[in-house]
Amino acid sequence: MSTSNEYYIPHKATWPVIGTAGLVMMLAGFANYLNGAAAGSAWMALGLTVFIVMLAGWFTLQAGESESGMYSTQVGISYRMGMMWFIFSEIMFFAVFFGTLWYTRNLSVPWLGGEGTRAATKEMLWPTFEAVWPTNGPGKVGGEFEPMGAWGLPFLNTLILLTSGVTCTWAHHGLLAKNRDQLIKGLAATVGLGLLFVSFQAFEYHEAYTEMGLTLGSGIYGSTFFMLTGFHGFHVCIGAIILSVVLFRSWKGHFKPENHFAFEAAAWYWHFVDVVWLGLFVFVYVI
Amino acid sequence: MSAVVAEHDDHHDHGPAKGLLRWVITTNHKDIGTLYLLFALAMFFVGGAMAMVIRAELFEPGMQFVNPQFFNSMTTMHALVMVFGAVMPAFVGLANWMIPMMIGAPDMALPRMNNMSFWMLVAGVLLLASTLFMEGGAPASGWTLYPPLVLQTGKALPFAIFSVHLLGISSIMGAINIIATIFNMRAPGMTLMKMPMFVWTWLITAFLLIAIMPVFAGAVTMLLTDKFFHTSFFDAAGGGDPVLYQHIFWFFGHPEVYVMILPTFGVASTIIPVFARKPLFGYSSMVYATASIAFLSFIVWAHHMFTVGMPIAGELYFMYATMLIAIPTGVKVFNWTATMWKGSMTFETPMLFSIAFVVLFTMGGFTGLMMSVAPVDFQYHDTYFIVAHFHYTLVPASVFILMAAGYFWLPKWTGHMYDERIGRLHFWLSVVSVNILFFPQHFLGLAGMPRRIPDYAVQFADWNMISSIGGFIFGASQLLFLYIVIDTIKGGTGEKVTDEVWEDAAKHSLEWTLPSPPPYHSFTTPPTVIPTEHI
Repeated sequence: MSTSNEYYIPHKATWPVIGTAGLVMMLAGFANYLNGAAAGSAWMALGLTVFIVMLAGWFTLQAGESESGMYSTQVGISYRMGMMWFIFSEIMFFAVFFGTLWYTRNLSVPWLGGEGTRAATKEMLWPTFEAVWPTNGPGKVGGEFEPMGAWGLPFLNTLILLTSGVTCTWAHHGLLAKNRDQLIKGLAATVGLGLLFVSFQAFEYHEAYTEMGLTLGSGIYGSTFFMLTGFHGFHVCIGAIILSVVLFRSWKGHFKPENHFAFEAAAWYWHFVDVVWLGLFVFVYVI
Repeated sequence: MSAVVAEHDDHHDHGPAKGLLRWVITTNHKDIGTLYLLFALAMFFVGGAMAMVIRAELFEPGMQFVNPQFFNSMTTMHALVMVFGAVMPAFVGLANWMIPMMIGAPDMALPRMNNMSFWMLVAGVLLLASTLFMEGGAPASGWTLYPPLVLQTGKALPFAIFSVHLLGISSIMGAINIIATIFNMRAPGMTLMKMPMFVWTWLITAFLLIAIMPVFAGAVTMLLTDKFFHTSFFDAAGGGDPVLYQHIFWFFGHPEVYVMILPTFGVASTIIPVFARKPLFGYSSMVYATASIAFLSFIVWAHHMFTVGMPIAGELYFMYATMLIAIPTGVKVFNWTATMWKGSMTFETPMLFSIAFVVLFTMGGFTGLMMSVAPVDFQYHDTYFIVAHFHYTLVPASVFILMAAGYFWLPKWTGHMYDERIGRLHFWLSVVSVNILFFPQHFLGLAGMPRRIPDYAVQFADWNMISSIGGFIFGASQLLFLYIVIDTIKGGTGEKVTDEVWEDAAKHSLEWTLPSPPPYHSFTTPPTVIPTEHI
């Protein structure tokens, strides 16, 4: 067996190419679906199935290797670096949509309203347009809508996510103190709060579409609102899935106080999702 | 030094899997590096064939071979294939092969992810290539995919967008792997400031990739939703702005071009000292210059958009910030020159390509400096002058250095020597024809010939014909390179190369201390002596 100062180099990996195949089936199926081809959704479902099988298989493989002590401290550092920089790339992804929100609110919408040297733009294109936020633009794209308030469900969701950050840390303390019960309870609470968050958001979307006239097609406000909150909700789901895997492994007796990379990675990801939400709450809902 | 592991255990001694499956499921950095390099070589010829279509159509005024839509698809696909299918994967291939050997590591830090990033690349390029056969043709908007034009693409649009997503995931995984390898896998004693320049440039490039690929993914995602899900990101009627796309694209796009040039600098800084038989001049200034260029690349993007109608303060800021890049780049050019100064130089093929790189890249840099001047750029924008500029920074720079890297390391990779005579013939044909190909395009651009157009006014006829002739010679010359690669793999000149291959190369970098070809796992026990001649 390997010693602690050796670097484990796996051989003959089959999951990566299977996962790639699943992802390509999903994306090509989605593209076909968007183009109106009948078989598109079937390919998406098939691809998703392959992808889920890949995740299950790859996770099982890694968990087994980790539990049998094949990963030295140095391997653990590589994994941590990998997760850290993956989260950084996710931050950059969200930065695009926050940047878009900033640009449209502070530049393009005021320009359409004739701000600065753009008086002629307003005069020639849409002389009656008044630049206010929220807006669906001078073309009133998507028709009348009501913007989403901050202090109802969104505020409740903020509290839910913040609490889930606390329960996640509480679970970590349990893991470090070898308190298995606290670890499992903490993780279960975190996953539960995550699911509650997603359910509330689904309810909020339903309200928006049925009661408020607010859709993805409601001009730039609807576009930025649903794109930012939608991608965030998607990431909450990913985070909840990762945490569920960690919960399952905790229940199976995995992880030691000195070796629990998967838990750390899941917790980092969860906190990242948490922080993005705070940004959303301030810039999308409150301001 | 290090508490060296005396014996390495069983799982290090596994050989590769048998048959073709070896290449599908491999986690070995050399196998994956080879896959990347061969894939890039194949795509270099695919993209090159598209360039030949472009030059054939432009040989004479009037419409000759293809319709305008297909011509525009060719310029778009040529760019996308060359950038994402050829140059970037070729450098990732070099990184895979060389970084573990240069820093004294057994392999890359995350071998399974390494495999996945290669297959994601293949998947992305296949998805992109499939658009050529779709109703409405491949994307014809130019590689920048500007809305609203790109939204008129036919069935190809979602495929092209998802291809960008896959290529992005591939690049991010590759970059994460490189960062983890460099930070976590260095041999004892291999401090950051003792790393070969190639390793340094890739470390910095990897940060660029992680920061920009998600940005491009976000931009094309908004194209997708604007087209299919009724959003208004790039539609002024809904309060959006098509110029916003250009800002996001070039926030990605400008660092992206440095993703292609920084590893180029790294290879040049590796090759030139070996054949000048001197240490690299100003090693630490090279490191800092690379980092400065990378930083500046994030704050100059709108110099691609001077004519879009920015506020004057924006024009001025982006103009001056862009000019700043000339300073660290100049540091590099002077350092390469000073490295050669009074060296005992010999002119093997890798050195010939490297010297041509220094001269011709500098020309590409100078035309870049000309265009950084906003009012001057108003005339150059979207003409053949910009085409000449970026091809000078890509073809006789990145591509030449990739050739140089091939000649430089093929003997190490294969254990065989390439045919020096054919190598030099390849070099001289390439260096002459590349100038016949691209230099006249400066004149065409200054005279006002627009880019991305299949037909032109008769006053542009002469230089276009000369440029096309240069293009055909350049394209044909590259078949020599293909021949040399295959020939060397099959045994080359028959001369058995030494571990060092090049005189005193082992003083410069660790890969030359390993046998040629090196063992399946590079350093199962960390090396104890760190070469410092490159510093």
